[in-house]
Amino acid sequence: MTMLGHRVPMMASLLVWCVVWEIVGRLDLIFLLPPFSAVLAAAVDLVQTASWQSATITTLRAFFFGMALAIVAGIPLGILMGRSKIADDLLGMWVNIFSSAPLSAIVPVLMILFGFGEKTIVAAVFLFAIWIIVLDTRAGVRHISPSLIEMALSYGASRTALYTKIILWAALPEILAGIRLGLIRGVKGVVIGQLLVAIVGYGALFETFSRNFLMAEFWALTIILFGFALVVAELIERAEAKVEYYAGARQ
Amino acid sequence: MRASVVRNGPTSVIEPIDSIVKVRGISKAYGNVEALRGIDLDFPRGKLTSLLGPSGCGKTTLLKIIAGLIDADAGTVAVEGKTVTRPGPERAFVFQDFALMPWATVIRNVAFGLELRGTRKAEREDIARHYIAEVGLASFEDKYPHELSGGMRQRVGLARALSVKADVLLLDEPFSAVDEQNRRKFQEDLIRLRTNQNKTFIFVTHSIEEAVYISDRIVLLSPRPGRISQIIEPDIDRSGDPERIHRDKHYLDTVDEIWRGLKRYVE
Repeated sequence: MTMLGHRVPMMASLLVWCVVWEIVGRLDLIFLLPPFSAVLAAAVDLVQTASWQSATITTLRAFFFGMALAIVAGIPLGILMGRSKIADDLLGMWVNIFSSAPLSAIVPVLMILFGFGEKTIVAAVFLFAIWIIVLDTRAGVRHISPSLIEMALSYGASRTALYTKIILWAALPEILAGIRLGLIRGVKGVVIGQLLVAIVGYGALFETFSRNFLMAEFWALTIILFGFALVVAELIERAEAKVEYYAGARQ
Repeated sequence: MRASVVRNGPTSVIEPIDSIVKVRGISKAYGNVEALRGIDLDFPRGKLTSLLGPSGCGKTTLLKIIAGLIDADAGTVAVEGKTVTRPGPERAFVFQDFALMPWATVIRNVAFGLELRGTRKAEREDIARHYIAEVGLASFEDKYPHELSGGMRQRVGLARALSVKADVLLLDEPFSAVDEQNRRKFQEDLIRLRTNQNKTFIFVTHSIEEAVYISDRIVLLSPRPGRISQIIEPDIDRSGDPERIHRDKHYLDTVDEIWRGLKRYVE
């Protein structure tokens, strides 16, 4: 974005909205919206509290476990569906249903299965993130030029070599896109899971803040979460940029 | 007419003195469409044989059956007397769309056949470097396929096929995705390569001029179902200037003869 010949960073529009928030907050129209500066101050205080730090560790741990499981299970499942028509016919319907279903409704069932603890949160992250990874991986595998597979076979590739040296790499741009979208859904999963369980990590904090009308702290925590989701997505996007050159180069 | 017609009917089999690839009774159908019917064919060692015919005559299918990439419904393919059903180290394939790995450099692409065979990195890269130079791509080792032109990409595909030191090279319309100027240069290079590599080439093309220009032997296939309609051995001296071949009388006569034979298959 350029303005008056100067390059204005993308963050500029965000700054405008922060100013608007500050003004509306200072007008004291609704108690739900404290001034942005107060939210920032609350954020600074919040990150120094022991309860925030332990909640963050719990949340991150559940998020990373859930994501790791979703990636480790999702990629092979997607490859299987991309390569085998039988697997695709059997699983395709379910993967599509789950990827568009309102999964929040399932979290209470997870609670019954896994109890009121971290396991439920891990399961929620997994369940939110895996389907888009499966679908994107499958699409990536479907896109692979048949001649690339024939090439590997004609030069004597074993089954393992075919998958690790050709299929995984050829589908990598789509796989990474799937992981990026999966991470964003995973953040949703961790928050919704914790809110519903309400006694774990950020869920417990959100519960405390909103019940006691600590709106500045409430918004501070929300912003921290948004920031985290953006940073994670940005990191994956950088990795994607590195393989983008061949996403277009494939026949 | 010096172009000698070896045989005209699809039934009689004349054994050449030394054939490296023998195709016997190959048939293949895709659903209701009969792609190939009862193909008997011998490929003489050290020669370049072209499979020529209009689209739908099953020439690529036949090549892929020889490569072991497609299973035939009936019949056998023998290489060096051994029946083959799968790809093997004695055959190397060059693809119409190059089939290069876009995430790998030229040298890794060229060395890929050796990589799959478990050759050590230093050794396979030495071999790859040699063949990269052989096809005229020296100093492009660390480039990626998307940084090369179509003609250069196919040279990478050719270097990959050469570096596994297979006796039989199978080329599936290798120049059809290459622009005209590069194609001419490539054809000249192939003639030179064929003389100093001492390999057997099986070459699929739909271009009559190309087939006559480079081939020792041309197998004409007729479409639906694909059958052998004629085998022609153009008697053209390719030892001198390759440019001269295009004006050679036998070259022009053979092109003309083949065209008259194929005309009736063209709607």
